[in-house]
Formats: sequence, C-alpha cells, structure tokens
Amino acid sequence: MTNSWTDIKNTDLVIIMGGNAAEAHPCGFKWVTEAKANRGAKLIVVDPRFTRSASVADLYAPIRQGTDIAFLLGVINHCIRNDKVQWDYVKAFTNASYIVKDGFAYKDGLFTGYNEAKRDYDKSTWDYVIGPDGYATVDDTLTNPRCVWNLLKEHVAVYTPEMVERICGTPKDKFLKVAEMIAECSSPTKAMTSMYALGWTQHSKGSQNIRAMAMLQLILGNIGIRGGGMNALRGHSNIQGLTDVGLMSNLLPGYLTLPNEKEIDLETYMSTRGFKPLRPNQMSYWQNYRKFFVSFQKAMWGAAATPENQFAYDWLPKLDVPGYDILRALELMTQGKMTGYLCQGFNPLLAAPNRKKVTDALSKLKYLVTMDPLDTETARFWENHGEFNDVDPSQIQTEVIQLPSTCFAEDEGSLTNSSRWLQWHWPGGTPPGEARTDNWIMAQIHVRLKELYRKEGGAFPDPIINLDWAYADAGEPTAEELAKEINGKALATVYDAADPTKVLAEAGKLLPGFAALRDDGSTSSGCWIYSGCFNENGNNMARRDTSDPDETGAYAKWAFSWPVNRRILYNRASADVNGKAWDPSRKLIEWDGAKWAGYDVPDIAPTAKPTDVGPFIMNPEGVSRLFTRGLMRDGPFPAHYEPFESPLDNLVAPKVRGNPAARVFKGDFEQFAETASKEFPYAATSYRLTEHFHYWTKHCRTNAVLQPEFFVEISEELAAEKGITKGGWVRVWSKRGSIQAKAVVTKRIKPLICDGKPVHVVGIPLHWGFTGAARKGFGPNSLTPFVGDANIETPEYKAFLVNIEPIAGPVA
Amino acid sequence: MNMELSRRQFLGAAGAGVAATALGALGFGDIEAAHAEAIRTFKLVNTTETRNTCPYCSVACGVIMYSKGDRTKGEQAEIIHIEGDTDHPTNRGTLCPKGAALLDFVKSDTRLKYPMIRKPGSDKFERVNWDDALDRIVRLMKDDRDANFVEKNKDGVTVNRWITTGFLAASATTNETAWETYKVVRSAGMLVFDNQARV
Repeated sequence: MTNSWTDIKNTDLVIIMGGNAAEAHPCGFKWVTEAKANRGAKLIVVDPRFTRSASVADLYAPIRQGTDIAFLLGVINHCIRNDKVQWDYVKAFTNASYIVKDGFAYKDGLFTGYNEAKRDYDKSTWDYVIGPDGYATVDDTLTNPRCVWNLLKEHVAVYTPEMVERICGTPKDKFLKVAEMIAECSSPTKAMTSMYALGWTQHSKGSQNIRAMAMLQLILGNIGIRGGGMNALRGHSNIQGLTDVGLMSNLLPGYLTLPNEKEIDLETYMSTRGFKPLRPNQMSYWQNYRKFFVSFQKAMWGAAATPENQFAYDWLPKLDVPGYDILRALELMTQGKMTGYLCQGFNPLLAAPNRKKVTDALSKLKYLVTMDPLDTETARFWENHGEFNDVDPSQIQTEVIQLPSTCFAEDEGSLTNSSRWLQWHWPGGTPPGEARTDNWIMAQIHVRLKELYRKEGGAFPDPIINLDWAYADAGEPTAEELAKEINGKALATVYDAADPTKVLAEAGKLLPGFAALRDDGSTSSGCWIYSGCFNENGNNMARRDTSDPDETGAYAKWAFSWPVNRRILYNRASADVNGKAWDPSRKLIEWDGAKWAGYDVPDIAPTAKPTDVGPFIMNPEGVSRLFTRGLMRDGPFPAHYEPFESPLDNLVAPKVRGNPAARVFKGDFEQFAETASKEFPYAATSYRLTEHFHYWTKHCRTNAVLQPEFFVEISEELAAEKGITKGGWVRVWSKRGSIQAKAVVTKRIKPLICDGKPVHVVGIPLHWGFTGAARKGFGPNSLTPFVGDANIETPEYKAFLVNIEPIAGPVA
Repeated sequence: MNMELSRRQFLGAAGAGVAATALGALGFGDIEAAHAEAIRTFKLVNTTETRNTCPYCSVACGVIMYSKGDRTKGEQAEIIHIEGDTDHPTNRGTLCPKGAALLDFVKSDTRLKYPMIRKPGSDKFERVNWDDALDRIVRLMKDDRDANFVEKNKDGVTVNRWITTGFLAASATTNETAWETYKVVRSAGMLVFDNQARV
C-alpha cells in the first residue's frame, strides 16, 4: 500500500476492483465502513461476482474477468474527454509533458519493436527525447503531438463506453455511472482509494492492471494524499516482508536486483543502476544504490567483503535468464533438470497452476524437503488419496523429508503488513512435539553444510564458509540479532556527509536509518529500506503507542513503517507546486519557507525547495510516469489483452492472443483451450471464502465446519441451460484436468453479454485438498493454465476456460 | 446497580482472590457483592497474556494469546484462548471468522510434531530424529551442489550459480527468518528461489 488500512477512513470514494476486501480482509474492510459512516464516502465494486463487498456497495458493476484494462482505460478516456483531470497535479507531478522518441508507436495491439519468435520487444524507442543538456525534453504546453499526454489520449481513444461494454460485458449505463463517480475525484479536495489484491495480479497482464489504475489515480491527483493511493491488500501476513527482504530469484533485499551474467564486475553492474537525474535538480534517490548494495554485501560476508574483492561481488550467483520463479522451477523439474527442492511454509501442489504438471514435476525430483507447522499436501504428493490424489507411490522415487516447524504463536519476530508496518510479535506457547523454529532449521542447514565443506571441500565453498554468522548461538540466531543485522551497523564511525565534524553513528553502534549507509564498506545493512527498524532507540517495531494527533489515521508511534517510519508514500505530492496542501483538511506535510514539516516523515529531502525538486524522488524524472519508458516488458502503456484462454477474440487487436510478451513454455501452449472454444465454452475464475484462509484453515475444525464442502458456483441461467440442480453434482473440466463438486446455483453470478453474446462465469473457490480437518476436495489449480504475468510471472488463476455437466455424484 | 467495572478492574480484583471485599470497598452494597460472588471466576485470570498478530491475511490484526504457563519463565505454556487486541489501531479488538478460530490452528490435529522421511517408492512416512534428518538433507544438498555447481559460463565469465536445487520461501515467516533464509540460500549460490507473493 502507498497508504495504510487506518488511512482509508479519510477517503471520499473507495473502488474495490481486483479484490474482495469484505471477505478476504474483513477487519481491514471496516475502515471502508468507517469512511462511509463518518465521511459519507461511497463504495464502488467492480467484479464478475456480486461479492459481500458488492453487497454493501453504493454501486456494483459486473465485469468479465481479465478485461480490467479495457475498463480502466475507458475511465481514463472518459476523464480526458470530459476534462476531469487534476491539471496542476498532472502538469507538475507526472511526465505528461515529456516528449517521446519518434520511433515509438502502438498499432494493432503491439508496440514498436515486437519480436514474435522471442515473444519480447526491442524497447529502444520506448523512451524520451534527450536534449543536448542530457535531460529529457518537455513541452509544458502539452501541445507537442509527441508528448506523453497526447500519446496517452490517442492510446485510450478506442476504449469508448460502447467498446468497454462489448469487451467487459459491463452495461454502458453502469460503466458511465462508475466513470462519473470516479471523475469527481479529479477535484483537489476529493480523494479516491484503490483497493486491489489477487483479482488483479493473477492474470497474464496483472502488472498492467495495476499500472492502469495507478495512471488513473495520477490523473485524478490521488497519489501521496490522505484517503488516496494504490492500496495492494496483499494475501498472506508477511508476503510484503518476504518480498521486501528480496526472497525471489532476481532480487536482493530492498528491491535491489541480482546481477546477470553479462554484468561481469561491480562497475558494469553499477553502470545500469544508480540512475542519474533526467531533469535538473531531481533527487533520483537510486543514485545511492551503491551504498545500499555494498552495505548488503557487508551484512552477508562481513570482513570477507573488501574493496579489493569488489565487496565479494563474485560470490553472488549470476542470472542467465530473467528469473527462476516457481513456474520456471516446475518446468525445469518436468524436464528432469532439477534434483532437489526445499519448501518452507509453501504448499505448491495446491498453489501452483496445472496440478498434473506439478505432480509430474515433483515426481522427477531426487529429494523434496518441506518445513511447515501443518501436514501439507505437498509433503504427501506421493500418497494415494483416490480421486483427490490419484498417484501410485511405487512409481515415485522422490525422497521426501518433512520437518515440523513452529507457528506464529510459538515464534518471535516482525511481520510486515500491507500498510508497510513492521509489527513485532512474541511467542506465547510451547511448540508441539519436536517442532522447531524456522530460525533453528535454517541455521542447522547452514551450519551443517558449512561443516561438510570444511571437512570435505567441494564446489566453491567460499561464500558458504565466509557467510557472516556471528550469532551468540550459531545453531539458532535470535530474532533480535537478525533484526539488528537487517537494520544495519556502523563498522567504523560514520560522519555526516554534509558536516564531517558530526558523528551519525559510532563504530559498533546500530545505524539510525539508511541515510547513514556508506559505499566504502564502513556500514552494513541487510535490507536498506528497513533500516531504522531496530536502532539505538530500541526495537521500533515493538512500539505500542496508539497516539494519533488530530486523528489523521497515521499512528506514527505504533510499530515501524518502512521506509523511515513514513506512513504515506509520496506525501510530498499532497501539497501543490509551492508546498501548500491541495486540500487543507488533508494536510500531510507543508513547506514552511525553510523546510518540510507536518504529520508524516517527509518523502523528500527536508530542505528541498518545492519549486525545484519533484515529489517522486525514486524516479530520475522527479515526477511520476504515465508512460513507463522501457521499464515493463509488455509496453509503456497498458493495452487490453484477453486471457490466454478467452471466450472471445481481442476486439481491439484481433490478431493478438493473450499477452504477446508473456512467457509460455513449449508444451503449455498446446494445453490452452482455443479462443471461443466450443469444447470449453465457460469463463472460470477462482476466489476465497470469508471463512477460509487459503489452504491453511482446512486444518482448523471451526473453519472446516463453517464451510465444509467443496463447491462450484454458477448462475441460474447456466444451471437451467445445462440441467444442473441446486446442490446437485457436477463435473468441471479444462484442457488440463477435471474435478467433481456440488453446484451452488446463485443469483450472485449472472451471464455477461460480451460483443452481443452471453458469457457464463463459473466460480471455483480455493481451500480444499486431501489433508486437514475439512472434507476432501479439489482446488482451482487442477484446472488452471501454466502461464504467468509478463513482468512478474504471477500465474493466470483468475481467467480460464472450462466445461461443466451434471453428473450422478458419488454413491453415498 | 449498573455501575460498570472495566474488565481489567474486575480481573485485578478477582485475581487477588478478594473479590467480594474489594468490591465492597469500592462502594458496592450487599446485593452487588453477593451478585459478584455468584459470578464464576473469570477463567483467563490465571493465564499469561502474550501479544501477537494474526498470521493469516496482511491486515495483521493484533491478537492477545492467553496461556496456561509462562514461556518467559521457562514454563511449559499451553495456549487456551486467543482474542482480538483492543489496543490495536487497525482491528480494535475485532477478528474475522478466520482469526476468531485461530486457536484451532495452533491446536490443529494436523500440526506436525516430528521430522518424517518418505523413502523412494515407499507408501508411508517414517519417523526420523532431527540429527539424521538434517544430516541427510545437507548430504543431498552438498552432493547435488558439488555435482552441478556452475563456476563459469560458456564464455568463461564467473557466474557461481547452483540451479539444480531450489528453495521456495514462505509467506508468513518473520522478516528475521526471511533474512536468515536469504543468507543461507544465496550464500549457497541458489538461483531457483521464490516466495508465495505470486500466488
């Protein structure tokens, strides 16, 4: 989230699209209720199903899953045509005025530079015209036809209300009502908040779904202000933290990136990072990249990371592909190219797409290790459970080791919620049996592996043997020790860069925050964006002061919000070009003539003059981007692409199937149903129920009782058409698998009329499997396609094709 | 008659074991004292309170766990009740149908208690002790790493990567565990590394 859960009370309009907060995030959703009750805020829900969020909405608009970009670009088009734009914000704080290179164009669904064989773009034209002064060229009058604003205007022109209705199945009058309500928030004194979750990410163009809304929010001037923002609700309790700390193939902690094999040394690596400003005076904060990187290397390898060995640059593995995400890992397993897999609190047999492929993949491993508090399906993927896991154990040669770990109630440390709050928690219970903490398990693996390398030697042991491991008990580092390492330490005395007589941190002390990081090896920090979480003031994540001056919803002394305890990102943009709040009732920070001050930690240098320095300090432009240059794989603007399995052709680009830049492995394409397939005519989607949390609550008796049985959800119209009765048994199958379930026939789903034809939606909840307290059942992943988002490989779980028929059902 | 006592005040008094006397001292008449005596002692009064956060969704509601026994004193501690933390700014004491049943998660019949091993082709898990399980894991890892570690690519560039064993990180472990996991996984040269953010 750019903002926080408690900030939602400040909004005037909530749009829930790509999520269902009332059911998936019920206690956070209460802040929507607060805004409605106390501010008269309105709620819009756009969803294929009439969810519980929709049931309390002021306006519900149905949409066909996988068409959100067409809808959102339609709203942007509406705002532009009707002059519903916060012009002062757009002109000063976005790249609307930047001139784009002449070669750049968009035609028939493709941007310039497409290579069909590679399913990738040459992005060299997706950039600004750079002037002789080395800066991007701008036209403040917005009259140049090649400026971003005019290119955007042209790009969205096709998404008329009529086109939105044809693609999305949203009736034109409903769409226009949504667009009008949103457009009102272009006023500087009105704010809209966007709440979204996996309903937007789990698409082959998930990243661009989110970009489309971010662009709309910029056009309305809603980023950086109270009650506004882009608010990713996120799924699991610490998925924000796991991502912040960089546990992904291509990441280092704090959104630094791992080198690829073309970056042969530290200088080459740095040459494409640490961006120089693209406009005069801009902070371009990534100029500090080297400080963050070197401090990370020092946290990894301590004294062994030296200027002479490029701070152990060679000890980091180098990538030969963009990333080894879970889909690529499973693909490599099916090809027999992997030996082992370790799953820590992750249940891929039910969480990864195309379950048959996942079973085949795991069966080809030599070994699988699971660490979990619960008995997961993944740990038992080799065990026969009849139709629910139809395998022959004797044919599976994978050795499986299942390790029992503690759960939250027996563990200490911090979790980062979607508000970016790092909250400390304490253990209250004794773990069952021989269950051990994850800290102990990971340390044991490292210490024992290191011992083997010391004894036996082997392949390049240096990074293992030299890993900084100075914990009181090498066999189990404490949460506090690790938190201090994340925060960072002064390895030598650190002085203020502006005033060398001033000491920022004495040698051996914890750093106050990331401003004290240095690139000469005199500081360490595991994750720079978390620096400040545990400093000489103590454990700031454990703070429990509920004071909130003027009730802004900031709660600045509760826990620690990254970065630097800032509660609302981009908060400089809450004030106009001269530093006065756009809306005095929403004041966050203001310029007092000498410095920035207010309710929040300024997201700008405290003395940066408002007329000189732009609010988007991480961007070399100093402004936000309506046009993203070459930073995304599938285009500098979002464009409508159908899901890979779709009931109709792409109406704005009929020749394009799916997202043209999404990676598809050989063999998976053949497993996609063809567009408008007669064999698989229905549009399916997946979701969770209020009573369930993913696959976990399957192990809890209460939740198993509340929603005991697997079902699929269909409309009354489809039920009538197929002769399916309420509560009757059905078979649902895709090109990849087949499941059986009871049918819930409901008014919550209605057929959508897309391009004149009815599209029936089939809803498939996720929760059931073959272990735990609930009845056995299936998950959506028995049916879903093996393809991910073009930028970050999130699997396309929300839009795929199935068929359905009534069946006799099992004999009771 | 309708004098309100906060739960805390009441607990404090009852916990001292002098409920009637204390209530009397607070100005209650005989009827109120008799009424108070008739109330069963609040069952959480002798428990240890520990602050935690709900491990499910990313709202991260504050919870209070009540245990018999106090871990901080080295005692065995059994959690017997979990409820919302009224001091927490986000959830203000409320919990959803998932969080309200958290005790069932902690005490689930399918909580794992012992390391287990399933041998190739076998149809069952067998118990194994921790030392043997961990030694077996690092043996499997090292054998694979030594056999398949790539020090240089075909162009002779140092790449120091290991892509035949992978690691899937969790979604609910702490940041501190995440950082420790990062150190262990990356120092081994692993590139097949992901978390549950995608699903």
